[in-house]
Amino acid sequence: MGTPKNTPSSIWRELFGDPIRAFGVVSLLLLLPLAIAPAKNYFSEWRHYQNQYLKMIRSRGEAVTLQRHFQGGIQQIWLPELGVVDRCTTCHVGLKEASLADVTTQPFRRHPVIPHRLDQFGCVVCHRGQGQATTVEEAHRSTLAWEQPILPARYIEASCGQCHLNALTGTPQLNLGRHLLSRYGCVHCHTIKLPAGSAVQPTDDPPSLEHIADKTTREWIYSWLKDPQAYAVTATMPNFKLSDAAARDISAFLIASSTPIPGDTAPVAPSKTLPDPTAGATLYGQSFCASCHAVQNAAGNVVGGDVGPELTRVGSKVKPEWLQVWLRNPRIYDAATAMPHYRFDDRQVGVLAGFLGNKTDPDLLANVHLDPATPEQIAHGKTLATEFGCASCHEINGTKKPENFAPELTRVGSKPTNQLIFLPGMAHTLPDYIAAKIRNPRSFGAALKMPQFSFTPAQVDALTTALLSLTDRAQSLTLSLAVPAPPASNYQPAGKAGQLISDLACFSCHAINGRGGDMAPDLTWEGSSVQSQWLEEFLNDPNTLRPALIRRMPKFNLTDGEIKELSDYIMTVYQTPAFDRDSMPASYPLAEVEQGKQLFYSKYGCQSCHIVDSKADKGYVGPTLTQVGSRLNPAWIYHWLKNPQALRPGTTEPNRGMSDEDARALTAFLIMQKGTAKQEVKK
Amino acid sequence: MKRFLLTLLAISLAVGSLGCARKSSEPDLKPTASGSALVESSGGKQIGAVGALLAQPLVVQVNDDQGSAVPGALVQFTGPPGVAFDPPQGITDSSGQFTTNVALGGMAGRYELTASTWTKAQKRIDLKLEEIALGYQQQLGHQLDEKHCARCHNPESTTERLSNFDNLEVKPHAFTEGDTLNKMSDADLSAIISHGGPALNRSALMPPYGLTLGKAEIQALISFIRLVSFPPYQASGTVYGGK
Repeated sequence: MGTPKNTPSSIWRELFGDPIRAFGVVSLLLLLPLAIAPAKNYFSEWRHYQNQYLKMIRSRGEAVTLQRHFQGGIQQIWLPELGVVDRCTTCHVGLKEASLADVTTQPFRRHPVIPHRLDQFGCVVCHRGQGQATTVEEAHRSTLAWEQPILPARYIEASCGQCHLNALTGTPQLNLGRHLLSRYGCVHCHTIKLPAGSAVQPTDDPPSLEHIADKTTREWIYSWLKDPQAYAVTATMPNFKLSDAAARDISAFLIASSTPIPGDTAPVAPSKTLPDPTAGATLYGQSFCASCHAVQNAAGNVVGGDVGPELTRVGSKVKPEWLQVWLRNPRIYDAATAMPHYRFDDRQVGVLAGFLGNKTDPDLLANVHLDPATPEQIAHGKTLATEFGCASCHEINGTKKPENFAPELTRVGSKPTNQLIFLPGMAHTLPDYIAAKIRNPRSFGAALKMPQFSFTPAQVDALTTALLSLTDRAQSLTLSLAVPAPPASNYQPAGKAGQLISDLACFSCHAINGRGGDMAPDLTWEGSSVQSQWLEEFLNDPNTLRPALIRRMPKFNLTDGEIKELSDYIMTVYQTPAFDRDSMPASYPLAEVEQGKQLFYSKYGCQSCHIVDSKADKGYVGPTLTQVGSRLNPAWIYHWLKNPQALRPGTTEPNRGMSDEDARALTAFLIMQKGTAKQEVKK
Repeated sequence: MKRFLLTLLAISLAVGSLGCARKSSEPDLKPTASGSALVESSGGKQIGAVGALLAQPLVVQVNDDQGSAVPGALVQFTGPPGVAFDPPQGITDSSGQFTTNVALGGMAGRYELTASTWTKAQKRIDLKLEEIALGYQQQLGHQLDEKHCARCHNPESTTERLSNFDNLEVKPHAFTEGDTLNKMSDADLSAIISHGGPALNRSALMPPYGLTLGKAEIQALISFIRLVSFPPYQASGTVYGGK
């Protein structure tokens, strides 16, 4: 709009009167839009942050160093192998500055110490977000064109799990999550394939239901199906939120489809003499049942191990006849059970069965009254069992394990948010979705099949972390960049001893050649470690090496023949190639023994953790050494002293860097500690 | 036309503000009672990982003048940025307690959390709780502590770990003993861990770990010790200006 005096034609003439003036005006007009780009660049967010950073470091003592490290302009980490193009360091300028430890404002904080270097891994591999972006909004949050926002610190361990398929010490939450995926049997229904091609295996060992009618009653199955945690708070079986009718029909089907246990199931002859009322509790304690089985005490605390099921209300569950068969030899009912075959005699079976049978809860089945099942109910129960995928976990006569029963989770950590249906009010992010789904699956729809688990908030976080680690990147990573999990070992010892090791379920607690549990010591090199006489005595009557431990080796009531068989096998087969068992003498000059004693008490201060003289020494971090001379082989003692971790990786005894003479003298002193055996020799 | 556009604008604004208003309104919490004191029941002084949930929930109790529990009182939790409470506020239960789960922020360090309740006269009562968040390095140190150190250096026993503290003639310092440990430099701590007590003329009952733990592991252990010490450790050296 011009002034009224100027007619349009006069303005036109003013601007474009002659060609030169016209050219100048057009150039100016074109220059203006061209200036927008540099102006936008000049006023960009990242430049603002860089200026702020320079202002901040100017007032610091080490300003010169920081200024020298500072590089202006857009910074980029380019790692083609990982598909990383990260410009995060454009704004996060102080990431590598150790002296900025006191700075708490972003984006200038230094990166906390981690085992990886920034320029080798970039940022988005761990933190997600959009690496190329140079604005706060685009880099950190979900935008229309980019669905991968920054991963909250809460789940950051998930990123480690993309490449590290082994258990890292620095990622307890991820390790717990992975453990839970197997322990709670998530992978029975949801397949999770590992990059190397294998799949995650469950470790929960759900019982077979083929002979369930021999084991328990229909009433108990009904109440269990309705609420497994009402029977045992530690039960890993989830709650399917079944209606009364559904629980009634499934229990009818399970009882109807059950077949009798094959094999010797003759009941125990009732003992004539009344058993001592405390005998059951004593036997339960002596057999160290609590190492694997928990019981909820009066205060509500669950005490005991989690290898076997909780026994708080076991008397309300199992039939007395079945319990006797099970205690006599659990392998008759379940050949692959983790429970050892204790060689209980009939009296012991009776006592223990009586003790366990008294662990009842009258309220559990008080309100369960079921009429005899009709054929329609049984048929409907079978349909329901198929529908809920019971056979994914349990073996049931007449049903097959379903394939691909639930969505595969191999790449769930990269699932695009536009494929998710969120609940109203929840944050639209993948971690929130996964956590909500684990916490309360049926809130996404009452008709969904996924059952309700009873996870604690920390367990939900751990599971979410483990699932978020299953990304596209994890699947497509070059195998040379991934750190694989240690291969699962299917080691099986041979011969008669091998059968005994299976029958006693040694692998439930001990590991040998990479297979087995971690509750008890690794036995891979046990033959190099102990003396055969001690081993035989120990198998006959296990005593305690470490007074501070609650979980201990039970007494299996083995026959002399079995003990000989086992001990011979262990002594011959489980030997380390590191040294010869007979390379150290069995007796030493007195002077050396005396020197060893000096070293033990003064130079090395071993008594802070070990007991040699049970009157004077008090340390009980390590095993008691009062009888170590009749327990361990001298060559093992010597090599152990030289480097404990070489013989048992990860053991807590520190490597003292002992000289050969010191180790020899200490061996001489320790081999003299014969304990009770020594006293017998004297007599 | 202009009028039409204006109306459209007005309507969309009204709808927008309504939507926003609905979003920002919190569930109504109507306290039925009020107390005069707030005490911690459990959950303070925990050690957790950055960003992760603390193992135990925070439980606070509202009491009245006589010191008995007050059910139905309002409790609210606040903390530094990054700390998440689930739920952040609520009404005390029948035993006068309120429980919340806490996830600490993304940066390692000490977090001071505040629980608040209000008296009848609407006077605010605060209770301060302190929690420690471990970063990656400190968490490694924490695990090493549990494995190698805690059995002697931690006088408390747990069911899984019986303390050996009472059995030692020369008592080791707990890692929380800031009065002693804060005076030792990083180099001193590193020396005593690597070469044992005699390296600094202290007890030989402290064995050397230099051949068992790597340099990075000892560094991790020191960084953990520094974080949990009480009173808090202040790094010595140049004090920079401009803070």
